[in-house]
Amino acid sequence: MSELEQMYREVILDHYKSPRGHGLLEHPDAQAEGQNPLCGDEVTISVKFAEDGETIEAVGFDGRGCAISQAATSMLTELVTGRTATEVAALPKEDLLEEIGIPLTPIRLKCAILGLGVLKVALHKAKGTPLPAEWQNLGDDLQFD
Amino acid sequence: MTAPKLDAQKLRADFAVFDELTNGRPVAYLDSASSTQKPRQVLDAMREFYEHSYANVHRGVYTLAERATAGYEGAREKVRAYINAPSNREVIFTRSSTEALNLIAYAWGLENLGPGDVVVITELEHHANFVPWQFMAKKTGAQFAHIPIDDYGELQLDTLDEIARRGNVKVVANNLVSNTLGTINPVEKLAAWAHEQGAIMVVDAAQAAPHKHIDVQALGCDFLVFSSHKLCGPSGAGALWGRRELLEEMQPFNFGGEMIRSVALDRTSWNELPYKFEAGTPAIAEAYGFGIALDYVSEIGLAAIEAHEHELVVNAMEQLGEIPGLRIFGPPADRRTGIVSFELESVHPHDVAQILNWEGVAVRAGHHCTQPLMTRLGVAATTRASFYLYSIEEDVDRLISGLLKVKDTFGV
Repeated sequence: MSELEQMYREVILDHYKSPRGHGLLEHPDAQAEGQNPLCGDEVTISVKFAEDGETIEAVGFDGRGCAISQAATSMLTELVTGRTATEVAALPKEDLLEEIGIPLTPIRLKCAILGLGVLKVALHKAKGTPLPAEWQNLGDDLQFD
Repeated sequence: MTAPKLDAQKLRADFAVFDELTNGRPVAYLDSASSTQKPRQVLDAMREFYEHSYANVHRGVYTLAERATAGYEGAREKVRAYINAPSNREVIFTRSSTEALNLIAYAWGLENLGPGDVVVITELEHHANFVPWQFMAKKTGAQFAHIPIDDYGELQLDTLDEIARRGNVKVVANNLVSNTLGTINPVEKLAAWAHEQGAIMVVDAAQAAPHKHIDVQALGCDFLVFSSHKLCGPSGAGALWGRRELLEEMQPFNFGGEMIRSVALDRTSWNELPYKFEAGTPAIAEAYGFGIALDYVSEIGLAAIEAHEHELVVNAMEQLGEIPGLRIFGPPADRRTGIVSFELESVHPHDVAQILNWEGVAVRAGHHCTQPLMTRLGVAATTRASFYLYSIEEDVDRLISGLLKVKDTFGV
Protein backbone atom coordinates (compact mmCIF):
# COMPACT_ATOMS: atom_id res chain seq x y z
CA MET A 1 0.00 0.00 0.00
CA SER A 2 1.41 3.40 -0.93
CA GLU A 3 2.08 6.08 1.65
CA LEU A 4 -0.77 8.11 0.23
CA GLU A 5 -3.17 5.25 0.57
CA GLN A 6 -2.03 4.68 4.08
CA MET A 7 -2.65 8.28 5.04
CA TYR A 8 -6.04 8.14 3.35
CA ARG A 9 -7.01 5.13 5.32
CA GLU A 10 -5.75 6.33 8.66
CA VAL A 11 -6.62 9.97 8.62
CA ILE A 12 -9.66 10.23 6.40
CA LEU A 13 -11.37 6.99 7.19
CA ASP A 14 -10.84 7.44 10.91
CA HIS A 15 -12.70 10.73 10.81
CA TYR A 16 -15.24 9.43 8.32
CA LYS A 17 -16.19 6.49 10.49
CA SER A 18 -16.05 8.26 13.85
CA PRO A 19 -16.61 11.88 13.02
CA ARG A 20 -15.87 14.37 15.72
CA GLY A 21 -18.52 16.94 16.34
CA HIS A 22 -21.16 14.88 14.64
CA GLY A 23 -24.72 15.87 15.35
CA LEU A 24 -26.25 19.32 15.18
CA LEU A 25 -26.36 21.37 18.39
CA GLU A 26 -29.65 22.24 20.03
CA HIS A 27 -30.31 25.99 20.18
CA PRO A 28 -27.20 26.96 18.22
CA ASP A 29 -25.99 30.54 18.02
CA ALA A 30 -25.10 30.18 14.37
CA GLN A 31 -26.01 27.70 11.66
CA ALA A 32 -25.72 27.32 7.91
CA GLU A 33 -25.84 24.60 5.30
CA GLY A 34 -24.14 24.11 1.99
CA GLN A 35 -23.73 21.62 -0.78
CA ASN A 36 -21.58 20.82 -3.75
CA PRO A 37 -24.15 20.21 -6.49
CA LEU A 38 -21.52 18.61 -8.70
CA CYS A 39 -21.22 15.54 -6.52
CA GLY A 40 -23.94 15.81 -3.90
CA ASP A 41 -21.83 16.45 -0.81
CA GLU A 42 -23.94 18.28 1.79
CA VAL A 43 -23.01 19.71 5.15
CA THR A 44 -24.91 21.61 7.86
CA ILE A 45 -22.90 23.25 10.63
CA SER A 46 -24.16 24.62 13.96
CA VAL A 47 -22.11 26.70 16.37
CA LYS A 48 -22.42 27.64 20.02
CA PHE A 49 -20.43 30.50 21.48
CA ALA A 50 -19.05 30.77 24.99
CA GLU A 51 -20.37 33.44 27.33
CA ASP A 52 -18.17 36.10 25.72
CA GLY A 53 -20.22 35.61 22.55
CA GLU A 54 -17.00 35.39 20.53
CA THR A 55 -15.20 32.19 21.40
CA ILE A 56 -16.49 29.06 19.71
CA GLU A 57 -17.41 26.69 22.47
CA ALA A 58 -18.89 23.84 20.43
CA VAL A 59 -19.42 22.90 16.79
CA GLY A 60 -21.78 20.24 15.57
CA PHE A 61 -22.31 19.13 12.01
CA ASP A 62 -24.52 16.86 9.99
CA GLY A 63 -24.23 15.81 6.40
CA ARG A 64 -23.63 13.22 3.78
CA GLY A 65 -21.11 12.91 1.04
CA CYS A 66 -17.71 11.61 0.17
CA ALA A 67 -15.18 10.61 2.81
CA ILE A 68 -13.11 13.72 2.21
CA SER A 69 -15.97 16.17 2.68
CA GLN A 70 -17.19 14.51 5.86
CA ALA A 71 -13.72 13.88 7.30
CA ALA A 72 -12.56 17.42 6.55
CA THR A 73 -15.61 18.81 8.32
CA SER A 74 -14.95 16.53 11.27
CA MET A 75 -11.36 17.78 11.49
CA LEU A 76 -12.62 21.31 11.14
CA THR A 77 -14.74 21.03 14.26
CA GLU A 78 -11.68 20.07 16.28
CA LEU A 79 -9.59 22.79 14.66
CA VAL A 80 -11.92 25.67 15.45
CA THR A 81 -13.24 24.83 18.90
CA GLY A 82 -11.79 27.36 21.32
CA ARG A 83 -11.01 29.95 18.62
CA THR A 84 -12.86 33.21 18.16
CA ALA A 85 -15.40 33.85 15.44
CA THR A 86 -13.21 36.59 13.94
CA GLU A 87 -10.22 34.26 13.85
CA VAL A 88 -12.16 31.47 12.18
CA ALA A 89 -13.79 33.83 9.68
CA ALA A 90 -10.29 34.62 8.48
CA LEU A 91 -8.93 31.07 8.74
CA PRO A 92 -7.06 30.33 5.51
CA LYS A 93 -8.09 27.12 3.76
CA GLU A 94 -4.41 26.13 3.79
CA ASP A 95 -4.64 25.60 7.55
CA LEU A 96 -7.41 23.07 7.08
CA LEU A 97 -5.65 21.39 4.17
CA GLU A 98 -2.50 21.08 6.28
CA GLU A 99 -4.57 19.40 8.97
CA ILE A 100 -5.96 16.94 6.41
CA GLY A 101 -2.41 16.25 5.40
CA ILE A 102 -2.82 14.52 2.07
CA PRO A 103 -2.44 16.19 -1.35
CA LEU A 104 -5.77 16.71 -3.09
CA THR A 105 -6.65 17.20 -6.73
CA PRO A 106 -8.71 20.32 -7.57
CA ILE A 107 -11.95 18.35 -7.64
CA ARG A 108 -11.41 16.84 -4.18
CA LEU A 109 -10.22 20.19 -2.89
CA LYS A 110 -13.79 21.41 -3.24
CA CYS A 111 -14.96 18.46 -1.17
CA ALA A 112 -12.46 19.33 1.54
CA ILE A 113 -13.28 23.02 1.91
CA LEU A 114 -17.07 22.70 1.78
CA GLY A 115 -17.34 22.55 5.57
CA LEU A 116 -15.06 25.53 6.05
CA GLY A 117 -17.19 27.56 3.66
CA VAL A 118 -20.38 26.63 5.43
CA LEU A 119 -18.87 27.51 8.80
CA LYS A 120 -17.77 30.93 7.54
CA VAL A 121 -21.24 31.58 6.17
CA ALA A 122 -22.76 30.59 9.53
CA LEU A 123 -20.47 33.03 11.34
CA HIS A 124 -21.16 35.73 8.77
CA LYS A 125 -24.91 35.32 9.20
CA ALA A 126 -24.76 35.33 13.03
CA LYS A 127 -21.99 37.80 13.75
CA GLY A 128 -21.46 39.70 10.52
CA THR A 129 -17.87 38.50 10.27
CA PRO A 130 -16.46 39.12 6.80
CA LEU A 131 -16.37 36.56 4.02
CA PRO A 132 -12.90 37.10 2.56
CA ALA A 133 -12.67 38.00 -1.15
CA GLU A 134 -10.48 34.99 -1.86
CA TRP A 135 -13.22 32.81 -0.47
CA GLN A 136 -15.85 34.28 -2.80
CA ASN A 137 -14.15 32.72 -5.82
CA LEU A 138 -13.84 29.30 -4.28
CA GLY A 139 -17.41 29.44 -3.20
CA ASP A 140 -18.75 29.98 -6.73
CA ASP A 141 -19.49 26.34 -7.44
CA LEU A 142 -20.85 25.66 -4.01
CA GLN A 143 -24.28 26.61 -2.78
CA PHE A 144 -24.82 28.08 0.65
CA ASP A 145 -27.91 28.97 2.62
CA MET B 1 -20.83 -16.65 -40.32
CA THR B 2 -18.99 -15.94 -37.08
CA ALA B 3 -19.04 -12.45 -35.57
CA PRO B 4 -16.15 -10.21 -36.64
CA LYS B 5 -13.37 -10.13 -34.09
CA LEU B 6 -10.81 -7.59 -33.12
CA ASP B 7 -7.56 -8.37 -31.36
CA ALA B 8 -7.46 -5.84 -28.54
CA GLN B 9 -4.00 -6.89 -27.35
CA LYS B 10 -2.63 -6.30 -30.84
CA LEU B 11 -4.38 -2.93 -31.11
CA ARG B 12 -3.04 -1.81 -27.73
CA ALA B 13 0.45 -1.87 -29.22
CA ASP B 14 -0.64 1.17 -31.25
CA PHE B 15 -1.27 3.15 -28.06
CA ALA B 16 1.87 4.40 -26.31
CA VAL B 17 -0.16 5.26 -23.20
CA PHE B 18 -0.33 1.54 -22.41
CA ASP B 19 3.48 1.24 -22.53
CA GLU B 20 3.69 3.26 -19.34
CA LEU B 21 3.66 0.89 -16.37
CA THR B 22 2.77 1.76 -12.78
CA ASN B 23 3.44 -1.02 -10.27
CA GLY B 24 4.21 -3.19 -13.28
CA ARG B 25 0.87 -2.66 -15.00
CA PRO B 26 -0.56 -0.29 -17.58
CA VAL B 27 -3.54 1.84 -16.67
CA ALA B 28 -6.87 0.02 -16.88
CA TYR B 29 -8.45 2.93 -18.76
CA LEU B 30 -12.20 2.64 -18.33
CA ASP B 31 -13.23 6.17 -19.24
CA SER B 32 -13.44 6.09 -23.04
CA ALA B 33 -16.99 7.43 -22.86
CA SER B 34 -15.41 10.65 -21.66
CA SER B 35 -12.53 10.68 -24.11
CA THR B 36 -10.40 8.14 -25.93
CA GLN B 37 -6.70 7.37 -26.16
CA LYS B 38 -4.87 8.08 -29.41
CA PRO B 39 -2.98 5.56 -31.57
CA ARG B 40 0.42 6.31 -33.07
CA GLN B 41 -1.14 6.26 -36.52
CA VAL B 42 -3.15 9.39 -35.73
CA LEU B 43 -0.30 11.16 -33.95
CA ASP B 44 2.29 10.33 -36.61
CA ALA B 45 -0.04 11.44 -39.39
CA MET B 46 -0.68 14.77 -37.67
CA ARG B 47 2.99 15.31 -37.10
CA GLU B 48 3.73 14.54 -40.73
CA PHE B 49 0.97 16.90 -41.80
CA TYR B 50 2.47 19.71 -39.76
CA GLU B 51 5.96 18.93 -41.06
CA HIS B 52 5.15 18.62 -44.77
CA SER B 53 1.67 19.84 -45.60
CA TYR B 54 0.81 22.73 -43.37
CA ALA B 55 -0.48 26.12 -44.42
CA ASN B 56 -3.76 27.90 -44.10
CA VAL B 57 -6.56 26.34 -46.10
CA HIS B 58 -8.68 27.53 -49.04
CA ARG B 59 -6.51 30.57 -49.65
CA GLY B 60 -2.99 30.09 -50.86
CA VAL B 61 -1.90 29.45 -54.40
CA TYR B 62 1.30 27.71 -53.38
CA THR B 63 1.99 24.00 -53.00
CA LEU B 64 1.83 23.79 -49.20
CA ALA B 65 -1.56 25.46 -49.24
CA GLU B 66 -2.80 22.97 -51.81
CA ARG B 67 -1.62 20.08 -49.66
CA ALA B 68 -3.21 21.52 -46.53
CA THR B 69 -6.49 22.11 -48.31
CA ALA B 70 -6.46 18.60 -49.77
CA GLY B 71 -5.84 17.19 -46.29
CA TYR B 72 -8.65 19.21 -44.73
CA GLU B 73 -11.18 18.57 -47.48
CA GLY B 74 -10.12 14.94 -47.61
CA ALA B 75 -11.07 14.68 -43.95
CA ARG B 76 -14.45 16.20 -44.70
CA GLU B 77 -15.09 13.50 -47.29
CA LYS B 78 -14.08 10.86 -44.74
CA VAL B 79 -16.68 12.23 -42.32
CA ARG B 80 -19.30 12.18 -45.08
CA ALA B 81 -18.51 8.57 -45.91
CA TYR B 82 -18.43 7.50 -42.25
CA ILE B 83 -22.02 8.57 -41.69
CA ASN B 84 -23.25 8.02 -45.28
CA ALA B 85 -24.26 11.65 -45.72
CA PRO B 86 -25.45 12.49 -49.25
CA SER B 87 -23.01 15.34 -49.82
CA ASN B 88 -19.94 16.88 -48.24
CA ARG B 89 -21.53 20.29 -48.63
CA GLU B 90 -23.68 19.13 -45.70
CA VAL B 91 -20.69 18.30 -43.47
CA ILE B 92 -19.47 21.14 -41.29
CA PHE B 93 -16.39 20.98 -39.09
CA THR B 94 -16.86 22.39 -35.60
CA ARG B 95 -14.80 22.34 -32.44
CA SER B 96 -16.89 19.57 -30.85
CA SER B 97 -20.32 17.97 -30.65
CA THR B 98 -21.24 20.58 -28.06
CA GLU B 99 -20.40 23.43 -30.42
CA ALA B 100 -22.29 21.69 -33.24
CA LEU B 101 -25.42 21.37 -31.09
CA ASN B 102 -25.15 25.01 -30.09
CA LEU B 103 -24.85 25.95 -33.74
CA ILE B 104 -28.11 24.17 -34.51
CA ALA B 105 -29.86 25.63 -31.47
CA TYR B 106 -28.80 29.18 -32.30
CA ALA B 107 -28.85 29.18 -36.10
CA TRP B 108 -31.94 27.00 -36.56
CA GLY B 109 -33.69 27.31 -33.20
CA LEU B 110 -33.84 31.08 -32.84
CA GLU B 111 -35.48 31.50 -36.24
CA ASN B 112 -37.86 28.59 -36.07
CA LEU B 113 -39.19 28.49 -32.52
CA GLY B 114 -41.85 30.61 -30.87
CA PRO B 115 -44.87 30.56 -28.55
CA GLY B 116 -47.08 27.54 -29.15
CA ASP B 117 -44.12 25.46 -30.28
CA VAL B 118 -42.71 22.50 -28.36
CA VAL B 119 -39.05 21.53 -28.07
CA VAL B 120 -38.74 17.85 -27.15
CA ILE B 121 -35.65 16.33 -25.54
CA THR B 122 -35.31 13.30 -23.24
CA GLU B 123 -34.34 12.60 -19.64
CA LEU B 124 -31.19 10.91 -20.96
CA GLU B 125 -29.68 13.93 -22.67
CA HIS B 126 -26.16 15.16 -22.08
CA HIS B 127 -26.14 18.82 -21.07
CA ALA B 128 -24.89 19.70 -24.58
CA ASN B 129 -28.18 18.47 -26.03
CA PHE B 130 -30.30 19.73 -23.14
CA VAL B 131 -29.15 23.17 -22.06
CA PRO B 132 -29.01 24.85 -25.51
CA TRP B 133 -32.60 23.72 -26.19
CA GLN B 134 -33.79 24.76 -22.75
CA PHE B 135 -32.26 28.18 -23.32
CA MET B 136 -33.75 28.53 -26.82
CA ALA B 137 -37.17 27.46 -25.57
CA LYS B 138 -37.05 30.11 -22.82
CA LYS B 139 -35.76 32.74 -25.20
CA THR B 140 -38.36 32.11 -27.89
CA GLY B 141 -41.33 31.32 -25.64
CA ALA B 142 -41.55 27.73 -26.82
CA GLN B 143 -42.40 24.91 -24.41
CA PHE B 144 -39.68 22.57 -23.24
CA ALA B 145 -40.85 18.94 -22.96
CA HIS B 146 -38.97 15.77 -22.14
CA ILE B 147 -39.55 12.10 -22.94
CA PRO B 148 -39.15 10.23 -19.65
CA ILE B 149 -37.34 6.93 -19.12
CA ASP B 150 -38.53 3.77 -17.45
CA ASP B 151 -36.65 1.92 -14.72
CA TYR B 152 -34.42 0.30 -17.35
CA GLY B 153 -33.28 3.71 -18.56
CA GLU B 154 -35.17 3.32 -21.82
CA LEU B 155 -37.45 5.94 -23.36
CA GLN B 156 -41.16 5.69 -22.68
CA LEU B 157 -42.46 6.13 -26.20
CA ASP B 158 -46.07 5.85 -25.06
CA THR B 159 -45.75 9.40 -23.74
CA LEU B 160 -45.32 10.81 -27.25
CA ASP B 161 -49.03 11.23 -27.95
CA GLU B 162 -49.50 13.38 -24.89
CA ILE B 163 -46.46 15.46 -25.77
CA ALA B 164 -47.85 16.00 -29.27
CA ARG B 165 -51.03 17.48 -27.78
CA ARG B 166 -49.09 20.19 -25.94
CA GLY B 167 -48.51 22.29 -29.05
CA ASN B 168 -46.63 22.34 -32.34
CA VAL B 169 -43.70 20.00 -31.89
CA LYS B 170 -40.90 21.68 -33.86
CA VAL B 171 -37.76 19.82 -32.83
CA VAL B 172 -36.96 16.47 -31.26
CA ALA B 173 -33.41 16.13 -29.97
CA ASN B 174 -31.99 12.86 -28.71
CA ASN B 175 -28.72 11.01 -28.11
CA LEU B 176 -28.49 7.81 -30.08
CA VAL B 177 -26.52 6.33 -27.18
CA SER B 178 -26.72 7.51 -23.55
CA ASN B 179 -23.28 8.38 -22.23
CA THR B 180 -24.31 7.55 -18.67
CA LEU B 181 -26.36 4.37 -19.08
CA GLY B 182 -25.31 3.05 -22.47
CA THR B 183 -28.97 2.90 -23.56
CA ILE B 184 -29.41 2.64 -27.32
CA ASN B 185 -32.31 4.87 -28.33
CA PRO B 186 -34.84 4.17 -31.12
CA VAL B 187 -33.85 7.21 -33.15
CA GLU B 188 -35.50 5.98 -36.36
CA LYS B 189 -38.85 5.80 -34.54
CA LEU B 190 -38.35 9.22 -32.99
CA ALA B 191 -37.39 10.72 -36.34
CA ALA B 192 -40.50 9.26 -37.97
CA TRP B 193 -42.67 10.64 -35.17
CA ALA B 194 -40.94 14.00 -35.37
CA HIS B 195 -41.61 14.25 -39.10
CA GLU B 196 -45.25 13.30 -38.57
CA GLN B 197 -45.50 16.31 -36.27
CA GLY B 198 -43.75 18.51 -38.81
CA ALA B 199 -40.70 18.68 -36.60
CA ILE B 200 -37.00 18.19 -37.29
CA MET B 201 -34.93 15.43 -35.67
CA VAL B 202 -31.56 16.29 -34.13
CA VAL B 203 -29.29 13.40 -33.17
CA ASP B 204 -26.44 13.68 -30.70
CA ALA B 205 -24.23 10.82 -31.88
CA ALA B 206 -21.19 11.70 -29.77
CA GLN B 207 -21.43 8.47 -27.82
CA ALA B 208 -22.73 6.37 -30.72
CA ALA B 209 -20.46 7.19 -33.66
CA PRO B 210 -17.31 5.64 -32.14
CA HIS B 211 -19.09 2.40 -31.25
CA LYS B 212 -21.76 1.70 -33.88
CA HIS B 213 -22.20 2.05 -37.59
CA ILE B 214 -23.98 5.33 -38.37
CA ASP B 215 -26.07 6.00 -41.47
CA VAL B 216 -27.87 9.36 -41.40
CA GLN B 217 -30.02 8.40 -44.37
CA ALA B 218 -31.19 5.19 -42.68
CA LEU B 219 -31.78 7.03 -39.38
CA GLY B 220 -33.96 9.57 -41.16
CA CYS B 221 -32.70 12.44 -39.03
CA ASP B 222 -32.20 16.07 -40.07
CA PHE B 223 -29.07 16.91 -38.08
CA LEU B 224 -26.41 14.71 -36.53
CA VAL B 225 -23.30 15.59 -34.54
CA PHE B 226 -20.26 13.68 -33.32
CA SER B 227 -16.71 14.27 -32.05
CA SER B 228 -13.18 13.33 -33.02
CA HIS B 229 -11.83 12.89 -29.52
CA LYS B 230 -14.30 10.12 -28.70
CA LEU B 231 -13.03 7.91 -31.51
CA CYS B 232 -9.28 8.05 -31.12
CA GLY B 233 -8.90 11.40 -32.87
CA PRO B 234 -7.59 14.68 -31.49
CA SER B 235 -9.76 16.96 -29.39
CA GLY B 236 -10.84 20.27 -30.92
CA ALA B 237 -12.56 18.70 -33.93
CA GLY B 238 -16.19 17.75 -34.30
CA ALA B 239 -18.65 17.32 -37.12
CA LEU B 240 -22.12 18.58 -37.82
CA TRP B 241 -24.16 17.00 -40.59
CA GLY B 242 -27.39 18.72 -41.65
CA ARG B 243 -29.89 18.46 -44.50
CA ARG B 244 -28.94 20.85 -47.25
CA GLU B 245 -32.32 22.59 -47.42
CA LEU B 246 -32.15 23.34 -43.70
CA LEU B 247 -28.56 24.56 -43.79
CA GLU B 248 -29.26 26.79 -46.80
CA GLU B 249 -32.07 28.52 -44.92
CA MET B 250 -30.10 29.06 -41.73
CA GLN B 251 -28.17 32.23 -41.03
CA PRO B 252 -24.48 31.76 -40.21
CA PHE B 253 -23.53 31.17 -36.61
CA ASN B 254 -20.05 32.66 -36.60
CA PHE B 255 -19.12 35.53 -38.86
CA GLY B 256 -15.74 36.45 -40.26
CA GLY B 257 -13.35 35.28 -42.88
CA GLU B 258 -13.94 32.24 -45.02
CA MET B 259 -17.73 32.28 -44.59
CA ILE B 260 -18.22 35.31 -46.82
CA ARG B 261 -18.30 35.71 -50.58
CA SER B 262 -17.90 39.47 -50.69
CA VAL B 263 -17.73 42.16 -48.04
CA ALA B 264 -18.48 45.83 -48.59
CA LEU B 265 -19.39 48.74 -46.38
CA ASP B 266 -23.08 48.41 -47.10
CA ARG B 267 -23.51 44.66 -47.38
CA THR B 268 -21.89 41.26 -47.15
CA SER B 269 -22.83 38.02 -48.91
CA TRP B 270 -22.34 34.55 -47.49
CA ASN B 271 -20.19 31.84 -48.91
CA GLU B 272 -21.75 28.61 -50.09
CA LEU B 273 -22.10 25.47 -47.97
CA PRO B 274 -20.28 24.20 -46.03
CA TYR B 275 -18.04 27.24 -45.70
CA LYS B 276 -20.94 29.46 -44.68
CA PHE B 277 -20.63 27.82 -41.27
CA GLU B 278 -16.83 27.66 -41.01
CA ALA B 279 -15.67 31.15 -40.13
CA GLY B 280 -12.00 31.78 -39.46
CA THR B 281 -9.00 29.53 -39.68
CA PRO B 282 -10.21 26.07 -38.70
CA ALA B 283 -8.46 23.48 -36.55
CA ILE B 284 -6.74 22.23 -39.70
CA ALA B 285 -4.44 19.51 -38.38
CA GLU B 286 -7.13 18.41 -35.94
CA ALA B 287 -9.62 17.93 -38.76
CA TYR B 288 -6.95 16.01 -40.64
CA GLY B 289 -6.31 13.88 -37.55
CA PHE B 290 -10.06 13.33 -37.21
CA GLY B 291 -10.01 11.86 -40.71
CA ILE B 292 -7.10 9.57 -39.88
CA ALA B 293 -8.92 8.39 -36.75
CA LEU B 294 -11.98 7.59 -38.89
CA ASP B 295 -9.73 5.53 -41.17
CA TYR B 296 -8.26 3.72 -38.15
CA VAL B 297 -11.64 2.89 -36.64
CA SER B 298 -13.19 1.98 -40.00
CA GLU B 299 -10.36 -0.41 -40.77
CA ILE B 300 -10.89 -2.25 -37.52
CA GLY B 301 -14.60 -2.22 -38.32
CA LEU B 302 -17.51 -0.89 -36.30
CA ALA B 303 -19.16 -4.31 -36.16
CA ALA B 304 -16.03 -5.81 -34.60
CA ILE B 305 -15.76 -2.95 -32.13
CA GLU B 306 -19.41 -3.30 -31.17
CA ALA B 307 -19.04 -7.06 -30.66
CA HIS B 308 -15.86 -6.62 -28.62
CA GLU B 309 -17.44 -4.06 -26.29
CA HIS B 310 -20.53 -6.21 -25.94
CA GLU B 311 -18.45 -9.14 -24.70
CA LEU B 312 -16.75 -6.91 -22.16
CA VAL B 313 -19.96 -5.32 -20.88
CA VAL B 314 -21.67 -8.71 -20.51
CA ASN B 315 -18.71 -9.92 -18.45
CA ALA B 316 -18.54 -6.70 -16.43
CA MET B 317 -22.25 -6.67 -15.59
CA GLU B 318 -22.15 -10.31 -14.56
CA GLN B 319 -19.25 -9.76 -12.20
CA LEU B 320 -20.57 -6.44 -10.90
CA GLY B 321 -23.90 -8.12 -10.23
CA GLU B 322 -22.17 -10.48 -7.83
CA ILE B 323 -20.83 -7.73 -5.59
CA PRO B 324 -23.15 -7.25 -2.61
CA GLY B 325 -24.38 -3.70 -2.16
CA LEU B 326 -23.63 -2.74 -5.77
CA ARG B 327 -26.47 -1.38 -7.90
CA ILE B 328 -26.24 -1.14 -11.70
CA PHE B 329 -28.29 1.47 -13.57
CA GLY B 330 -29.75 1.12 -17.03
CA PRO B 331 -30.80 -1.62 -19.43
CA PRO B 332 -29.65 -5.25 -19.57
CA ALA B 333 -26.35 -6.00 -21.30
CA ASP B 334 -27.86 -6.84 -24.66
CA ARG B 335 -29.70 -3.52 -24.89
CA ARG B 336 -26.71 -1.28 -24.22
CA THR B 337 -23.27 -0.34 -25.51
CA GLY B 338 -20.06 -0.73 -23.51
CA ILE B 339 -20.96 1.60 -20.65
CA VAL B 340 -21.87 0.69 -17.04
CA SER B 341 -22.90 3.18 -14.36
CA PHE B 342 -23.27 1.87 -10.86
CA GLU B 343 -23.29 2.83 -7.22
CA LEU B 344 -21.72 1.07 -4.26
CA GLU B 345 -23.79 1.26 -1.10
CA SER B 346 -22.38 3.56 1.56
CA VAL B 347 -19.43 4.70 -0.54
CA HIS B 348 -19.46 7.94 -2.48
CA PRO B 349 -18.44 7.69 -6.14
CA HIS B 350 -15.52 10.07 -5.55
CA ASP B 351 -14.11 7.72 -2.95
CA VAL B 352 -14.67 4.72 -5.22
CA ALA B 353 -12.80 6.43 -8.04
CA GLN B 354 -10.01 7.56 -5.71
CA ILE B 355 -9.25 4.08 -4.45
CA LEU B 356 -9.64 2.55 -7.91
CA ASN B 357 -7.06 5.07 -9.09
CA TRP B 358 -4.58 3.68 -6.62
CA GLU B 359 -5.22 0.27 -8.15
CA GLY B 360 -4.42 1.76 -11.55
CA VAL B 361 -8.04 1.73 -12.69
CA ALA B 362 -9.45 4.88 -14.27
CA VAL B 363 -13.22 5.33 -14.00
CA ARG B 364 -15.41 8.42 -13.96
CA ALA B 365 -17.27 9.55 -10.86
CA GLY B 366 -19.83 12.31 -11.06
CA HIS B 367 -22.99 13.32 -12.86
CA HIS B 368 -21.50 12.74 -16.33
CA CYS B 369 -23.05 15.97 -17.61
CA THR B 370 -26.48 14.43 -17.17
CA GLN B 371 -27.86 16.05 -14.01
CA PRO B 372 -31.53 15.63 -15.01
CA LEU B 373 -30.85 11.91 -15.40
CA MET B 374 -29.15 11.75 -12.01
CA THR B 375 -32.22 13.40 -10.46
CA ARG B 376 -34.46 10.82 -12.13
CA LEU B 377 -32.24 7.99 -10.82
CA GLY B 378 -32.36 9.54 -7.35
CA VAL B 379 -28.60 9.94 -6.99
CA ALA B 380 -26.21 12.86 -7.10
CA ALA B 381 -23.50 10.93 -8.90
CA THR B 382 -22.57 7.49 -10.15
CA THR B 383 -19.35 5.67 -10.90
CA ARG B 384 -19.04 4.83 -14.56
CA ALA B 385 -16.82 2.34 -16.41
CA SER B 386 -16.73 2.41 -20.22
CA PHE B 387 -14.97 0.30 -22.85
CA TYR B 388 -13.43 0.80 -26.27
CA LEU B 389 -11.47 -1.10 -28.91
CA TYR B 390 -8.35 -1.20 -26.73
CA SER B 391 -10.10 -2.46 -23.55
CA ILE B 392 -9.32 -6.01 -22.42
CA GLU B 393 -10.81 -8.59 -20.04
CA GLU B 394 -8.07 -7.84 -17.56
CA ASP B 395 -9.42 -4.27 -17.26
CA VAL B 396 -12.74 -5.72 -16.13
CA ASP B 397 -11.05 -8.06 -13.64
CA ARG B 398 -9.04 -5.15 -12.22
CA LEU B 399 -12.22 -3.09 -11.88
CA ILE B 400 -13.88 -5.87 -9.91
CA SER B 401 -10.95 -6.55 -7.58
CA GLY B 402 -10.56 -2.78 -7.15
CA LEU B 403 -14.19 -2.53 -6.05
CA LEU B 404 -13.72 -5.34 -3.58
CA LYS B 405 -10.77 -3.37 -2.21
CA VAL B 406 -13.00 -0.30 -1.88
CA LYS B 407 -15.50 -2.32 0.12
CA ASP B 408 -12.73 -3.65 2.31
CA THR B 409 -11.27 -0.19 2.90
CA PHE B 410 -14.62 1.22 3.95
CA GLY B 411 -15.58 -1.87 5.88
CA VAL B 412 -18.85 -2.34 3.96
